[in-house]
Amino acid sequence: MRILEGEGVTQYFGGLAAVSHVDFNVNQGEVVGLIGPNGAGKTTLFNLISGAFVPKSGTIKFKAEPITGLKPHQICRKGLARTFQSVKIFANMPVFDNVILGSFFGMSNSIASADAARVATELLEFVGLSAVAATPAKDLTLANQKRLEVARALATRPELLLLDELMAGLNPTEVAQAMELVARIRDMGISIFMIEHVMKAIMSVCNRIIVLHHGEKIAEGTPQEIATSRTVVEVYLGE
Amino acid sequence: MSPNIFTPKRFPVTGSLILIVLILLAVSPLYAPPYSVILLTAIFMYIVLTVSWAIFSGPTGYISLAPAAFFGVGIYTSAILGKALPLLVVVGMGGLASFCLALLIGALTLRLKGIYFAIFTFGLVELIKNLLLWYEINITGTRGRFVIVVDNKTIYYVMFIILVILLLTAYFIRRSKFGLALQSIGENEDAAAHIGINVTLVKVSAFAISALFMGATGAIIATRWTYIDPIIAFNPLFSFTPVLMAIVGGMGQLYGPILGAAMLAYLEEVLITKFPYHYMLLFGAVLVVAVLYLPNGLVGLIQKWRKGDWGQHANT
Repeated sequence: MRILEGEGVTQYFGGLAAVSHVDFNVNQGEVVGLIGPNGAGKTTLFNLISGAFVPKSGTIKFKAEPITGLKPHQICRKGLARTFQSVKIFANMPVFDNVILGSFFGMSNSIASADAARVATELLEFVGLSAVAATPAKDLTLANQKRLEVARALATRPELLLLDELMAGLNPTEVAQAMELVARIRDMGISIFMIEHVMKAIMSVCNRIIVLHHGEKIAEGTPQEIATSRTVVEVYLGE
Repeated sequence: MSPNIFTPKRFPVTGSLILIVLILLAVSPLYAPPYSVILLTAIFMYIVLTVSWAIFSGPTGYISLAPAAFFGVGIYTSAILGKALPLLVVVGMGGLASFCLALLIGALTLRLKGIYFAIFTFGLVELIKNLLLWYEINITGTRGRFVIVVDNKTIYYVMFIILVILLLTAYFIRRSKFGLALQSIGENEDAAAHIGINVTLVKVSAFAISALFMGATGAIIATRWTYIDPIIAFNPLFSFTPVLMAIVGGMGQLYGPILGAAMLAYLEEVLITKFPYHYMLLFGAVLVVAVLYLPNGLVGLIQKWRKGDWGQHANT
């Protein structure tokens, strides 16, 4: 079953087509990678899906329901959460508050304080941040801030999670931990759509990969197909 | 773990202390000289303006210069309805009028950020003032209005009730998930929207709640001024003063704006009576020193003193 489906999604910035007639879909339980050179339109596509921007044309459906034109908070409450490429944490608030905000506001029906606190505690445990729950978020390392964003997104109880460069700026050990985290999220039954530049990660964890270049989809396929695709290699390395 | 919701209250000591102060203030008109009652009323007025300003602008970081507009709307409501309705209803209407205006203005302008929002809200004060001036000159052919006279003790008590309700409101907002949402908007509005917070609704409601108290205060204080016109009612000083008082007090804690407003209001009174010709100069000097040497306001000073690290300077 398709959980996310985009058809002819297009967005212009000035005269530039940042995303141009892109079709994409994510199936239930699947991990889909989104790759492409810098400026390919990957983050823009995520912004269109999450409601930060409204596409010029095209439709995006979540669980077979159109979500184009909805506000970010409405899309989040439908069960679609995201993280950000440049971390957007609530820097001066304790780690715990960052996460509990997700469980307070991210669900379509309201939640009791005690339940929200329990969800937040469990998720901090899940991402390995229990020890720093009371620390202001700004004092965490980049790797931990990214984990915090994941926990906050998970607190909204998503069915689909958009991960925007979870591993950028992390050292090899942290990348390995992040890959393991992605696998555990997938095992929870949450579908994942992720932008990533760390090829090792994307090749090992994704079922399918979509390649964007200059705002257009130039390839789609299994990691093997993408790794051996002539077009993709040309885009990344030149002819 | 969260200071907002889950820390147990240290109620017995702080709570009873607050209760004693409130009782003392409640009975003071029976014993205190009339001058003190009037002075306390003025201090209460500044505390209400400052604390209600801090409800919205403190956590969100949106610097509103609209207090004078909401305060003035309250004043005019009182002047127009004062003779027709009972005092408490008039005060309520003053609050309500400002509340509605804030809903409208908030919905229109809270997409503006930073300095643009500050400038717009300040423009609002001038806009209403000049609209009223134009209306009075061209339509009614009058200038200003007389307000019903109310005795000082009644004014004191109404102001006191507004203050107590406001402090309770501010206290519960700080501890609620609504307060947490406001804070998250100040931290990162994009992220707040993406975890399901209806940022527009949260911002507009907080803006309107803060305006409600400013309007109510304007409505009651108008009865002490007896005569008002648009220039008196929409005096931009009532926009800047609460901001300064909140900054001097510090916005990290609820008592910050209270402390800042109480001290500066008292200081202003003392300086006006002792140095009538130089008071603005002295007042300004005090403000400059406060802003330069108290980056986190009086709250910061108190917290530093509690920790006992006088020798060190925070590099913030």
